[in-house]
Amino acid sequence: MAWFRRSEVVIAGILMLAMILIGLINPAFWGLDNLFSLLRSNVIIGIMALGVLLVMISGGIDVSFPAFAVAAMYLTVKAMIALGMDGVALPMAMATLMGMAFGCVNAVFVHNFRMIPLIVTLGTSGMVRGFLLGVVGTSMININAMPQSLLEFAKTDIISLSKPDGTTYGLTAMVLVYGGLALLMHLVLRYTMIGRSVYAYGGDAEAARRAGFNPAKTVFFVYAVAGALAGFAGLLHSGMIWLANPRDFVGLELDVIAAVVLGGASIFGGRGSVLGTMLGVFMLVMVKNSLIIMKVDTTWQRVAVGIIIIIATALTAWRDRRRQA
Amino acid sequence: MNTELNSGPKNGFDIRRLINRDNNIVQLLLMTVLIFVVMTALSPDKFLRYYNFESLTYLFPELGLLAIAMMIAMLTGGIDLSVVGIANLSGILAGVIFHKIAGDSGVAGTGFPTVLLGIGVAIATGAVAGAINGLLITRMNITPILATLGTGQVYTGLAVVLTGGPAIVGFPDMWSFIGNGKILGLATPFVLFLVLMVLLAWVLTRTTFGINLMLIGTNPKAALFAGLKRERMVLYSYILTGVLGSIAGIMLSGRTNAAKSDYGTSYLLQAVLIAVLGGTNPAGGKGSVIGVSIAVIALMLLSSGFTILRFSNHLVDFIWGAFLLLVIALNAWKNRGR
Repeated sequence: MAWFRRSEVVIAGILMLAMILIGLINPAFWGLDNLFSLLRSNVIIGIMALGVLLVMISGGIDVSFPAFAVAAMYLTVKAMIALGMDGVALPMAMATLMGMAFGCVNAVFVHNFRMIPLIVTLGTSGMVRGFLLGVVGTSMININAMPQSLLEFAKTDIISLSKPDGTTYGLTAMVLVYGGLALLMHLVLRYTMIGRSVYAYGGDAEAARRAGFNPAKTVFFVYAVAGALAGFAGLLHSGMIWLANPRDFVGLELDVIAAVVLGGASIFGGRGSVLGTMLGVFMLVMVKNSLIIMKVDTTWQRVAVGIIIIIATALTAWRDRRRQA
Repeated sequence: MNTELNSGPKNGFDIRRLINRDNNIVQLLLMTVLIFVVMTALSPDKFLRYYNFESLTYLFPELGLLAIAMMIAMLTGGIDLSVVGIANLSGILAGVIFHKIAGDSGVAGTGFPTVLLGIGVAIATGAVAGAINGLLITRMNITPILATLGTGQVYTGLAVVLTGGPAIVGFPDMWSFIGNGKILGLATPFVLFLVLMVLLAWVLTRTTFGINLMLIGTNPKAALFAGLKRERMVLYSYILTGVLGSIAGIMLSGRTNAAKSDYGTSYLLQAVLIAVLGGTNPAGGKGSVIGVSIAVIALMLLSSGFTILRFSNHLVDFIWGAFLLLVIALNAWKNRGR
């Protein structure tokens, strides 16, 4: 019965229960269009959550990724417009690299200056956002000015259906991007040396060092990948909402961290899985979206997210304590 | 202050001992003077005005209290990411009560008992919110970062629910006095800050509670074996943090005559920065009220200077962040030599 104790199974069970409950309150929940839009809302938060998962497994915490995402997105879109550039692959690579560079700054401060990740990332987050709004600009770039190929790319659907009244809806192909990245992250974490070193470092940094892992390499890998994923997600987001807003993603760090913790990752490091994180993201997005379906006032959303964070962390803390005992 | 300085080493407040104990205070003072000189050089006619400094005495106390609250949470190796939420919720709850009691007659002329009730409600809010943080951290064993991240959402969320989005505008005149008034020619928030500062410095360095907090932060295990009541002390420290947050909320809503759920969100970064800059060790065990107070004054001078130089608010945020990272780098560089 060991599988029963696995946190992924527990989360999946809770998720099923919640889905049945929400479906009973409002059957519209099970409509394909609602499910498709739910999956769509998973993409951006999910990709960012993969990065945060990595940071949390290494025993750190990252609150700077929304700032990196918005900076990479806005700077890339600005550059594309200024240079008359179009295309998908090159801008995506640009945003990803930009995010990676920001992430390396975090790594320098965490590793070389031995500062607590929370305070480092608070600082870099403030700097990057301040620079973006103070120097680069505060104006939104809307659909007319946005690079068209990016929008076309983000509009791709895997399945396209039409309702009886003639309107069409579909499942965006971006879920495949998300799925692919998640699979890649899963494989890296399970089967590569660098992936195992993240678990080792998060479990006990000193023990990992003595076992022969290079801590500098691990820390730089963790924060660079987290930054890269944020940058990538940022640009993808602007393609999906047809808008590049330099004030976007404010407060998103809380949602993403909540999702990752909900997925069973421990803030003390050393534990966490991609599958759990994906379930956690789905749960969080579902609860937030379903509050509207269940006719709960939207002002209650933050309270709901906060309570989810508290319950999830209390449960993981309880689990960790039991294992130690 | 001078009388305390002259009272000799017996009472403990000897400047030489202070310097020997920790170079930090001297460095901070030097930094403050440096910022002052640079800003004066850059725009002597505007920066040196009496009005500029007077307005600072209204502005900095609320931020200073939040930073001191953050420092107290850091003493035991924790952090409180919900202080700003607590501050806003306290102001809003008080505002809601004033508007309920006054009804259509307007809140401006609300009587003294009602204002006192409002203050009581605000501070009780802070105490309860802080107690919830403390219980989650000590009883449920949740890490302070995550616990206060979660409760911060809940408190801010409740503030959104109470206001429905827009700000609560209009507070009683007596309430505004706390944020805008003058006592003996000095700004009320400034006087309040000085009183609280002396009180807190005394609590942290001269009472069992304060010394226990330092010991728990320095070495939790040793503190446990020494028989300190860790859970209770940590709980009290978060209650104190919450109460300081709510006092900051009273000052903020009094000064602006309004309370809003997302007021002062950038205060969180600034409070952490000031606490760290003021010599607080985020890993616990080290921190002083005086250090944090000097740091807040230094940074307020800096930001007011940049505002006078017509830097945008966003750029000031950028500078705050850069300053935090610079301080971390400097501290790391300094410690490497040892």
